[in-house]
Amino acid sequence: MTGIEVAGTALIGAGCLYFLAGTVGLLRFPDVFCRLHALTKADNLGLALVLAGVGLIAADPFVAAKLALIWVLVAVASATGGHLIARHALAERGANAEDAA
Amino acid sequence: MTGFDPLIVFDLVLAIGIVWMGWASLAARDAFGMVVAFMAFGILVALAWVRLGAPDVALAEAAVGAGVTGALLLRTVAGLRRPEPAETAGPALKAAAAAASLTVAGIVAWALLGTPEAGGYDALVAENLAESGVSNPVTAVLLNFRAYDTLLEVVVLAAALMAAAMVGARQEYAHEGLGPLFAPFARLIVPLAFVVAAHLLWLGSSRPGGAFQAGAVLAAGLIVLLLGRVWRPGAGQAAPLRWLALGGLMIFAGAACLSFALTGGLLQYPAGADLIWIVAIESALTVSIGVVLAALFHGGLPKGGEG
Repeated sequence: MTGIEVAGTALIGAGCLYFLAGTVGLLRFPDVFCRLHALTKADNLGLALVLAGVGLIAADPFVAAKLALIWVLVAVASATGGHLIARHALAERGANAEDAA
Repeated sequence: MTGFDPLIVFDLVLAIGIVWMGWASLAARDAFGMVVAFMAFGILVALAWVRLGAPDVALAEAAVGAGVTGALLLRTVAGLRRPEPAETAGPALKAAAAAASLTVAGIVAWALLGTPEAGGYDALVAENLAESGVSNPVTAVLLNFRAYDTLLEVVVLAAALMAAAMVGARQEYAHEGLGPLFAPFARLIVPLAFVVAAHLLWLGSSRPGGAFQAGAVLAAGLIVLLLGRVWRPGAGQAAPLRWLALGGLMIFAGAACLSFALTGGLLQYPAGADLIWIVAIESALTVSIGVVLAALFHGGLPKGGEG
């Protein structure tokens, strides 16, 4: 195992820890907003670390560029998705509050 | 090598995950949960296809099976306003259904185990690949050696569109306020989806890709436009959309007739010109598949002549 492979594997391992933390957050946090917070943050950083590790091991600029593009797309999609879910949950909470009043 | 492949652990976890998600999509309490589990099921199945060395099928499963089908199912769930019916099947009916399912599963398993190792198409395709005009064996089978199967699949898609048009009843699905993030998201994603679709189409002749995967990605881009109300298909677009939706089938069927006239074989392309025929058919198919899938999401094509 070369030094680069060790570094890549370490990065992938660190990324997996973020995914683990995000999953625990998704399962344990009390409401939809906290869960979103755990998921979107952890997955973005976790994915970045995993892809950085894979890119290091692949050692090919073209592959690295593709991985970077994947990260950007996932980050954009998850930010937008998280925003839409939070918006919907907020609107629903408002509707429920009005019903109760 | 003392044959322990660490990837076997991954495969096992994947297999368990597929069965689990399949069960979850059946056992979920509400329709929404079922659809979400089904989409997760599709992603895991796509991974399984990758592990089985079938990237073409994996791409199709991820794009069509998990992606577009998920969008169509979610759209359907949103359209179901009625409360879900209470459970009506009695224990006897359930037992009968279980027995019937197990019988069919048993017959399939028996047939599968009893089939002699048949090697499939591999050798035959590899032998004739040079004549097909393309270097991706999957595309060679789909659009040359067994192109009539693909032709009939496209007919099925057109039939689905007609069924959707007959059911009609278009509920509103686009939300007023998708927030300030959706428009920038669409501006980034939609052009990219179109580029990726063209790329997948072009790749199809030499590497995993092709009309169905490209069409599904194109449809995803169109659905983003529909959801954001950037694109509102009106009566004015009815005629061109109809041509786009059915053009792939028409060109495919026309190519079948023309090739029959030229070579005497249905979809047997003139020698040496295979690649041009395949690329022409696949390009038309991609546009049609994209438009048809987006139209299924929309609830049919817009009707002409009503203001």
